[in-house]
Amino acid sequence: MNNSSTKNGSRNAGRTIDIVNKGLKRRYRKEKRFRLYGILSIAASAAFLAFLLTSIVMNGYSAFLQTCIRLDVPIEAGMIDESNPKRSDFQGIIKSAIREYYPDVTERREKRELYSLFSSGAAYQLRNNVLDNPPEAGATLSLWVLADDDVDMLMKGHMKRDVPESERRLNDRQLRWIEKLENDDRIEKRFNTTFFTSGDSREPELAGIWGAVRGSFYTMLVTLALSFPIGIAAAVYLEEFAPKNLATDFIEVNINNLAAVPSIVFGLLGLAVFLNFFGMPRSTPLVGGIVLMLMTLPTIIIASRAALKAVPPSIREAALGVGSSKLQVVSSHVLPLALPGMLTGTIIGMAQALGETAPLLMIGMVAFIVDIPGGFTDPAAVMPVQIYLWADSPERAFVEKTSAAIMVLLGFLIAMNALAVVMRKKFERRW
Amino acid sequence: MQITAEKKESTTSVATESSKREIFLPPDRERVREGGTPHVSAKNFSIFYGNFEAVKKVNADILSKYVTAIIGPSGCGKSTFLRGINRMNDLIPSCYTTGTLMCDGEDIYGRYTDEVQLRKKIGMVFQKPNPFPKSIFDNIAYGPRLHGVKDKKTLEELVEKSLRKAALWDEVKDRLERNALGLSGGQQQRLCVARTLAVDPDILLLDEPTSALDPKATAKIEDLIEELRGSYTILIVTHNMQQASRVSDYTMFYYEGDLIEYAPTKQLFTNPKDQVTEDYITGRFS
Ligand SMILES: Nc1ncnc2c1ncn2[C@@H]1O[C@H](COP(=O)(O)OP(=O)(O)OP(=O)(O)O)[C@@H](O)[C@H]1O
Ligand SMILES: [Mg+2]
Repeated sequence: MNNSSTKNGSRNAGRTIDIVNKGLKRRYRKEKRFRLYGILSIAASAAFLAFLLTSIVMNGYSAFLQTCIRLDVPIEAGMIDESNPKRSDFQGIIKSAIREYYPDVTERREKRELYSLFSSGAAYQLRNNVLDNPPEAGATLSLWVLADDDVDMLMKGHMKRDVPESERRLNDRQLRWIEKLENDDRIEKRFNTTFFTSGDSREPELAGIWGAVRGSFYTMLVTLALSFPIGIAAAVYLEEFAPKNLATDFIEVNINNLAAVPSIVFGLLGLAVFLNFFGMPRSTPLVGGIVLMLMTLPTIIIASRAALKAVPPSIREAALGVGSSKLQVVSSHVLPLALPGMLTGTIIGMAQALGETAPLLMIGMVAFIVDIPGGFTDPAAVMPVQIYLWADSPERAFVEKTSAAIMVLLGFLIAMNALAVVMRKKFERRW
Repeated sequence: MQITAEKKESTTSVATESSKREIFLPPDRERVREGGTPHVSAKNFSIFYGNFEAVKKVNADILSKYVTAIIGPSGCGKSTFLRGINRMNDLIPSCYTTGTLMCDGEDIYGRYTDEVQLRKKIGMVFQKPNPFPKSIFDNIAYGPRLHGVKDKKTLEELVEKSLRKAALWDEVKDRLERNALGLSGGQQQRLCVARTLAVDPDILLLDEPTSALDPKATAKIEDLIEELRGSYTILIVTHNMQQASRVSDYTMFYYEGDLIEYAPTKQLFTNPKDQVTEDYITGRFS
């Protein structure tokens, strides 16, 4: 009897085990499937990202090179204005140097076509060179001057040579002149320093991102300086000190709403309040920064409040329990613990602001600005606006500039995120 | 019975009127002096979480310099009552109190009471260990620093003394600079005890201080209570009947928010007045 009961029991157990086993298989299959979905979705997003990045890089990398032409510039007596070298006719000197290289071009129209192979920036290059180390009369300067963007496009293969003349921007005669340069090894692609050192320009070969980078930098500085302290203070007050009542509920709802307001509305607000009412200067990092501050503030406040909420209440209890005041609890326990989260929120907000265009259009930061801004109240462009402007330009050469500018912007975003990670690590180690 | 738990229905309050109090029979324990002055006294004191009354109209005096144990089944309001004494429940938005709770003749929930001062006076060790995510040294030194101890030497001495009292010194003396979160659960709990001792409070609230400890560490904590007896007012929540009877002079028994019985420990454990108390301590339910 005893025997049979154990048998019975074991048989029962066996059956349950079978059921469990059967179930197990299904469970494992389910888990495997789930994991597969996860891997697939990650692979899909990675593929999109890779596609995006390669297309940008493929389009943009050539912008980091610029076609230059080596021009021998003979300096004759009287060419340089001795009393005031700045006032010399550098354009004329360049032209005469070009004519010297192509002695058989004499007709006016042909000459104009010939000059147009060289960038108008060539005269400035010569000017800078002469001003830096004044040449003696009779010397010959050998300069790498910028080629015109059409020549640049031709050299980079964006313009075909073997299509009918009417379908390209350079005619056969110009092609022959370029071939002469090629045969003499006087034309080559060199690293494009102009792109990294100048502001915007109507001439693609003279246009650079530096003005926009500076503009973005000043704008972000204003945004950060305003939104970080205000955002953190607001979050700490709302989370730690404010009484929980209708008024604070109302504020909370409004903050959440503000986070969802289309950014162009902030631009309109900036236009109405800061430009029209307070009369602040148009197109400047100061106003741009304030407008972007309005836009990032909700993000920072929400992220900071979440970070504060995530600090376990037991830490507060512990600190209160040994007799800390509320402020001491917040400043020496809660804030240090919440800071990494707050920083992450801030950097996300800043990254958003860095890429924002719409509100800035409203306050005139979309203007064509050649000068590199030197401060918060100089008219400036910012990187995304610069990208927008270039993407809108008809010249073929601006296509690669657009992609290159996107690469620079992405570079800044990556740098900012890396900074966030580093800062987070640093603050985490302190505890 | 002089010290009684008044169930909320009873209106004739005996316990809280110290003028009427006679000298009660000392528990069978030579260190318990006769009589006593109330240190904390509750009068119709209730604690609510929203609509839920977690502690119901408690009337009781907690006597100065005695050890009082609080026992009762899980969820009966022991922690809530304990946290009510140093206003830790203020952190919970839905929580409010009615009735009065006096400490040293001052209304704990009075409008002008400074809760920072109060909490310095009434130290607490929480049910779950909650060390600061700082070094062991800073954990202990934080309170004294807060209250003005600047001198490094004094701080070091204080840290060592507190850690020794909490039976943790030998285990951590070589790694005071390490993060306290690296300690085991039991060590963390003893660290919390040491942290509370370092501020030198008048009243010690211990919420199951030994529930995460092994027998050896438990014995050390009990030794500590033994040592502090007579100089501090101690309230200890415990699920361990033996512990309650070992360390306490008085015992409170809570059941579903009611203070059912409050008597000298010996009396409560040997001759409980209430049927529920008897059922509980004899383990007929839990
Ligand atoms: N923050 C809170 N909000 C709402 N209800 C709570 C809260 N904290 C505790 N309670 C409730 O109050 C009652 C008493 O809880 P308390 O923590 O005081 O029990 P306890 O006696 O300490 O139990 P244990 O022995 O398990 O620690 C429980 O029913 C609990 O669910
Ligand atoms: Mg409890």
